[in-house]
Amino acid sequence: MDTIARNAAGLPEHDPPLITGHQTFRSITDKISGIVERRTPRVWFLAMGAALSLLMVLLGSIGYLVYEGIGIWGLNNPVGWGWAIINFVWWVGIGHAGTLISAILFLLRQRWRTSINRFAEAMTLFAISCALIFPAIHVGRIWVVYWMFPLPNQMNMWPNFRSPLLWDVFAVSTYFIASLLFWYTGLIPDLATFRDRAKNKIKKIIFGILAVGWRGGNRQWRHYELAYLILAGISTPLVLSVHSVVSTDFAVSILPGWHTTLFPPYFVAGAIFSGFAMVITLTIIARKIFHLEDIITLNHLEKMTKVILLTGTMVGYAYSMEFFIAWYSGNIYEQFVFMNRAFGQYAWAYWIMITCNVLVPQLFWFKKLRTSIPVLFIASILINVGMWFERFVIVVTSLARDFLPANWDYYSPTIWDISIFVGSFGLFFTLFLLFIRFLPMISMAEVKTVLPEAEVPHGGGHE
Amino acid sequence: MEVVMSNQMKIQGLLAQFDSPAVLMEAARKTGEAGYRKFDCHSPFPIHGMDRAMGLKRSPLGWIIGLAALIGTSGALALQWWTSTIDYPLVISGKPFFSYQAYVPVTFALGVVFSAFAALIGMLAINGLPRFHHPVFYSDNFVRATDDGFFISLEAADPKFHIEQSRIFLESIGGKNVEVLSGE
Repeated sequence: MDTIARNAAGLPEHDPPLITGHQTFRSITDKISGIVERRTPRVWFLAMGAALSLLMVLLGSIGYLVYEGIGIWGLNNPVGWGWAIINFVWWVGIGHAGTLISAILFLLRQRWRTSINRFAEAMTLFAISCALIFPAIHVGRIWVVYWMFPLPNQMNMWPNFRSPLLWDVFAVSTYFIASLLFWYTGLIPDLATFRDRAKNKIKKIIFGILAVGWRGGNRQWRHYELAYLILAGISTPLVLSVHSVVSTDFAVSILPGWHTTLFPPYFVAGAIFSGFAMVITLTIIARKIFHLEDIITLNHLEKMTKVILLTGTMVGYAYSMEFFIAWYSGNIYEQFVFMNRAFGQYAWAYWIMITCNVLVPQLFWFKKLRTSIPVLFIASILINVGMWFERFVIVVTSLARDFLPANWDYYSPTIWDISIFVGSFGLFFTLFLLFIRFLPMISMAEVKTVLPEAEVPHGGGHE
Repeated sequence: MEVVMSNQMKIQGLLAQFDSPAVLMEAARKTGEAGYRKFDCHSPFPIHGMDRAMGLKRSPLGWIIGLAALIGTSGALALQWWTSTIDYPLVISGKPFFSYQAYVPVTFALGVVFSAFAALIGMLAINGLPRFHHPVFYSDNFVRATDDGFFISLEAADPKFHIEQSRIFLESIGGKNVEVLSGE
């Protein structure tokens, strides 16, 4: 790619090309559609079998939960919130990277996002689906969960809009709806490609309906592009607002360790941090299995790693600031909670969190480690473990040691806490495997725009 | 000009293929300058600057979405005010019935939901979609428009349309595989 083409594409002078291997428009179409058109690889069936087994664990556990009640969980008197809220916050957080990639990086003209955005948005949708299970089942009487929605009913009652838990209902369901519409809008041109390539009648009809008759005419593209831009624009504040609202569930309480104005930005940084880690985990597997090294290059992975380094450092800063403010506020309850977190009965969880979230991302200052696939893969998994423990530390340590020592207790999960959490991975991976089997996992229309071939010289071709 | 052929197939237009986005853009400009109005440029991805080359105005979609956002936010605020103040007033921690500060998250969320629906549905509606039947689909070659093909389609309804002269014109601006789109 020469300098002029590079400048036209908005790429810095010395940046490696986004797409390697001398791709053409056709080779991009063939490569990405081919994943879906080829025979299903055996490894997909193995993975699907495992995912479906976990999904059965989830459904079985939820069934027993509904039958028996939330007494089957390890909740006790001070710790009234356990794994359910931890898992909820963790899964919602995972979703954030997808929206950041699809919305914020789009508005910032970060063209490297095109190779990974479809994939990451799908991850967002499936992570929110998993997250939404937990608030629904933790209410105990799941059959009256509709009371959380402002629906007219015979009791003439309305939900309390001053409660952060109700904000959650709106924030998370809005997040799901907006992400779904954004994702589908992005899919329309690619669904049209699938329609045009379909060999058998059933596929032609299904993709034909899903593609709503897209013709790729410029009269359509101009409305389409504006719709996409505005969807990105309205999704951008969602990245910040959704997890801020989730953090407000904690922050509006008066419990030491939760009652902090730092929570919204701190939670958002942690969400993006864990989300990018999950994108990297999934990307590394998918690019290997489907031979997508030319489209999702090491360059893409390295750029995501830099986001992890940035947000991981922000998370580390937040941890230290919490400690500083606990000391600086002179509030003895606050001071006790933080000393207890680091050196009390849950110190093991605290130090897992610090190791995974603060120390591991610091490795990425070194280019050698940023561009090493095994290091990235292990680090991304450790980060997700660490972020789960972050929520565990916040929820459990504050609750287990509340104001009165007479109330103190130790919290440990039961088999049902574990089975529902592990089962939620079944839902996530089942949905994800179906997605990569039946839909284009990379946006073909968008990747084509970053090829040098797509460039039109400035001035509309007068040169 | 006779637009109905012997076998009752009506001529719907012409379709010409072009080599690259740059050639397509130049051809679009020339087609507009030649006085054609009912034509479209098909490409597998949006080409920047094409709107100007075709002489198209900015999409009005923003206004539709803006209106939807206004309805969403004001509707959400009205819902929260009415349920908490009029229909089911409850004192919670001594807060006023209309505690508008607490209503910001839900108001924002519903504004986003309404805008998101307006963006997708509005975009489809302005584009006349879903529409599964269109003259360009009579061409077998047109499947490449979602792969690596660049096309201009001229509609027979255009006042300047003439089957022979328009074909010569399309070929003169670099069009290849010029096809007559015909069907009932």
